[in-house]
Amino acid sequence: MKLLTAIIKPFKLDDVREALSAVGVQGLTVTEVKGFGRQKGHTELYRGAEYVVDFLPKTRIEVAIDDTMVGTVIEAITKAANTGKIGDGKIFVLDLEQAIRIRTGETGSDAL
Amino acid sequence: MNKLSKYTTAVLTGLPALVWPAAAAAQENGISSGDTAWMLTATALVLFMTLPGLAFFYGGLVRTKNVLSVLMQCFVIACMVSVLWVVYAYSLTFGPGGPFIGGLSKAFMNGVTEEGLWGTIPETVFSTFQLTFAIITPALIVGAFAERMKFSSMLLFTALWLTLVYAPIAHWVWAEDGWLFKRGLLDFAGGTVVHTTCGVAALCCALVMGRRSGFPDSPMPPHNMAITVAGACMLWVGWFGFNAGSAVAADGNAGMAMLATHTSAAAGALAWMVAEWIKYGKPSVLGVATGTIAGLATITPASGFVGPGGALVIGILAGVLCFAVTNYMKRALKVDDSLDVFPVHGIGGMLGTFLSGVFASASLGVFSGQGYAEGMTMTSQLGVQIIGIFAVAVYTAFVTWLILKLVDVLLGLRVNVEDETMGLDTSQHNERGYSF
Repeated sequence: MKLLTAIIKPFKLDDVREALSAVGVQGLTVTEVKGFGRQKGHTELYRGAEYVVDFLPKTRIEVAIDDTMVGTVIEAITKAANTGKIGDGKIFVLDLEQAIRIRTGETGSDAL
Repeated sequence: MNKLSKYTTAVLTGLPALVWPAAAAAQENGISSGDTAWMLTATALVLFMTLPGLAFFYGGLVRTKNVLSVLMQCFVIACMVSVLWVVYAYSLTFGPGGPFIGGLSKAFMNGVTEEGLWGTIPETVFSTFQLTFAIITPALIVGAFAERMKFSSMLLFTALWLTLVYAPIAHWVWAEDGWLFKRGLLDFAGGTVVHTTCGVAALCCALVMGRRSGFPDSPMPPHNMAITVAGACMLWVGWFGFNAGSAVAADGNAGMAMLATHTSAAAGALAWMVAEWIKYGKPSVLGVATGTIAGLATITPASGFVGPGGALVIGILAGVLCFAVTNYMKRALKVDDSLDVFPVHGIGGMLGTFLSGVFASASLGVFSGQGYAEGMTMTSQLGVQIIGIFAVAVYTAFVTWLILKLVDVLLGLRVNVEDETMGLDTSQHNERGYSF
């Protein structure tokens, strides 16, 4: 099993969610985060006091999937979240050691 | 006509009515219900300027962790000043005395009865109206020491400042036996009494107490601009009570004061907006709101003496000058007058007091005002204005500095660095502003 963490632009969330549904992903977790990479921030000015705001709002999506699905899911997210401009985000693939469904106690792939 | 010469006339004619009730029926110049109704309203408007106008204006400008401390300071200052006013400060300010201070004959509002008049309005109304000015003046200083002053020290400082700075100066300028009043200083609603005093005191506090931890390198942007703008709007509306109410009458003087006030507010906002647009490339809502306050502060001393044309010029000059000084102090001098009290109120008040001497002239065409008092010219009036500004500024600076030193010795002025970093809401009040 793998845990995929994707950082995407917030306005792309709906597109990515639809794309994941289309390939059979049945659950995901979303968090609002902020960060920066190569995309530049902006400047704010309050009565002469100038601040450079480096952090940009982003959305983090986490999905737990079977090893067999990794390629499909990565492709789905990439296509849905891509705008071609700097700041589109990244996907990280982590090894998932175990997964448990709380209600039934199922483990492994049955829990996904 | 200066409101206090109206008072003199009215008191002399009103006094018999107090002593001989039958005479009241025969009085033509007794209580005016029109004047009284307006002044009751104006009093509420000016209290509204502090609660919650100024509280919101300042509250939104500080960081989230300090929002309650600002609201608390404004609220408690209102309460404490109110009590001290009733007990002795009204008497010290407006009670009969000498050229530099009143006496204690009206302590505990002795002699201020239900029927007693101050001119054409009840003295109860006049004293409460003046109380709202005594409240907002120390509340304005909060902006200078925001986010770092110990609460107990702030209480002691305010009590001493009200007694040793505000009361004497208000007496000099607005009491019949005050020395600046007798010299004919033009200060309709508080360019010296309110704005110069609080502005100079603010600068003293900023210099004596030092910068906030992390200033100017750490970003400290306003946490809630929306509420700051709401507060600024409340201040604009309330200011009609502040300036037009200083006519102490519902008449043409009040009407012209309102028109001048409003004109200067709008002009100040636009002037700041243009200056900021040119210098920084984008107009900001904080700039527009601050420019309005600058325009309002600057017209305050002039409002009852100038015309709308003069008010327009005053507003524009206010917007530009206060903008320049704000930026200079923040960027060049790096003085941490956290909410820019000196550049907006101090500079505005001093500029407005000076310009009152110019635009009171009846010989300026469309920029004319209501005319000088008998025997005065523009030169002689400007001389008085300058004496007034200088005396008020120097006295305020010196006594404020003394009070700060005293409070420092007794209680300390600042919270420690750990409490300052944690935020005053938690460290001073055990509370949190928002629980989203």
